Amino acid sequence: MVDIAIIDYGMGNLRSVYQALRTVAPAASIVVTDDPQEVDQAARVVFPGQGAMPDCIRELDMRGLRAAVLHAARTKPFLGICIGLQMLFEHSEEGDIPGLAILPGRVVRFASNLRDAQNNKLKVPHMGWNQVQHGNHPLWEGIDQNARFYFVHSYYVCPQDAQFVQATSCYPQQFVCAVARDNLFAVQFHPEKSQGAGLMLLKNFVNWMPV
Amino acid sequence: MLAKRIIPCLDVTAGRVVKGVHFVELRDAGDPVEIARRYDEQGADELTFLDITASSDDRGILFRIIEQVAEQVFIPLTVGGGVRQVEDVRNLLNAGADKVSINTSAVLNPQLVADAAGRYGSQCIVVAIDAKQIQPGRWEVFTHGGRKATGLGVVEWAKKMQALGAGEILLTSMDRDGSKIGYDLQLIRAVTDALEIPLIASGGAGTLQHLADGVKLGGADAVLAASIFHYGEYTIQQAKQYMAQQGIVVRL
Repeated sequence: MVDIAIIDYGMGNLRSVYQALRTVAPAASIVVTDDPQEVDQAARVVFPGQGAMPDCIRELDMRGLRAAVLHAARTKPFLGICIGLQMLFEHSEEGDIPGLAILPGRVVRFASNLRDAQNNKLKVPHMGWNQVQHGNHPLWEGIDQNARFYFVHSYYVCPQDAQFVQATSCYPQQFVCAVARDNLFAVQFHPEKSQGAGLMLLKNFVNWMPV
Repeated sequence: MLAKRIIPCLDVTAGRVVKGVHFVELRDAGDPVEIARRYDEQGADELTFLDITASSDDRGILFRIIEQVAEQVFIPLTVGGGVRQVEDVRNLLNAGADKVSINTSAVLNPQLVADAAGRYGSQCIVVAIDAKQIQPGRWEVFTHGGRKATGLGVVEWAKKMQALGAGEILLTSMDRDGSKIGYDLQLIRAVTDALEIPLIASGGAGTLQHLADGVKLGGADAVLAASIFHYGEYTIQQAKQYMAQQGIVVRL
């Protein structure tokens, strides 16, 4: 049986995610797969994503993976990353399209002409290492408050329900960068590219036993 | 707050890291995988690999280097040099690159930037621009490792690349590259102010103050440097401590 399935719907590089999981779970069987059955059978599922959300949704559907994602998100330890977080919501400004609607809320773009307190221009995409203020979820175990994670995104999620928020960051306004509900956890940043803190989060995911 | 990034750059040829002055006079700096690991330990925010020969034999070596680094180093990796078609982008991403840098081919075929960004997302497309001052306050884009003038103005070109889907601009001053007299701050300021996307300053860093100036005076979102780190003059951590003392937000 497969321990961890990384869902591959043809959008970019999953090697980083695979390598990082391999490092924190050397004994686990990990597959990168576009086979819905394999996703259904895996004990844990990682749902990555990069590029534009409309392309991600289209490619996901072309491979017949939507049902497998919905099923996994409701039944087993599930980790969404970047667009894999954004797709969980009901609607995105990017392409003005519906998402998978697993969580209530929307995805919106950072405003243009953002400025910091010293009036320096803030670029979009929000790219680089930013500090994360997190809650008490088991996936944050061993990770300092304000630890830095690597982000690269132009859109961010606005969950309707504050109880699902598990972390925020600031650019320059506060925005949600992690959500959790039952067996589901999802982050805007890239844990696979966030050195020690990122590997710790992945390790916590691999060991996570949602109640 | 978002940290300003420090990015060591590894120019690779025939499986070795080298560094030249003004794009020539190459000097050996060591094994790329070993150097990448060291910079990761020192707290580098990203790593950039430039394949400076990009001959077909060397290509295979580069892929193996990227694969090895990606197995051990969990920070973003950018790879550039000899990227001519979308397939090259795909191959580098598959080898473990997180971003691919396009330079000469963006000038020869701007559609490549649009196609690559459309296929893999802007977040993984860096357009590298080699700039040379042609008169005060005006810079021209050069290609082929700095040998060929294009007639293109740097600011206009950077904006065009942004419009086509580049996620980031890596801007190298050829006048300063390898000189260790500091970044061309005027150039950096002119380009970064014209862009919405992040800008990486490159070419000329010789002291830690130069790195700080690139951010504080130039307005760069990230600074790239090679020589000052390769030969052990400074560690990445020292650079970050220095920048932090200057009030720059860095990841310590």
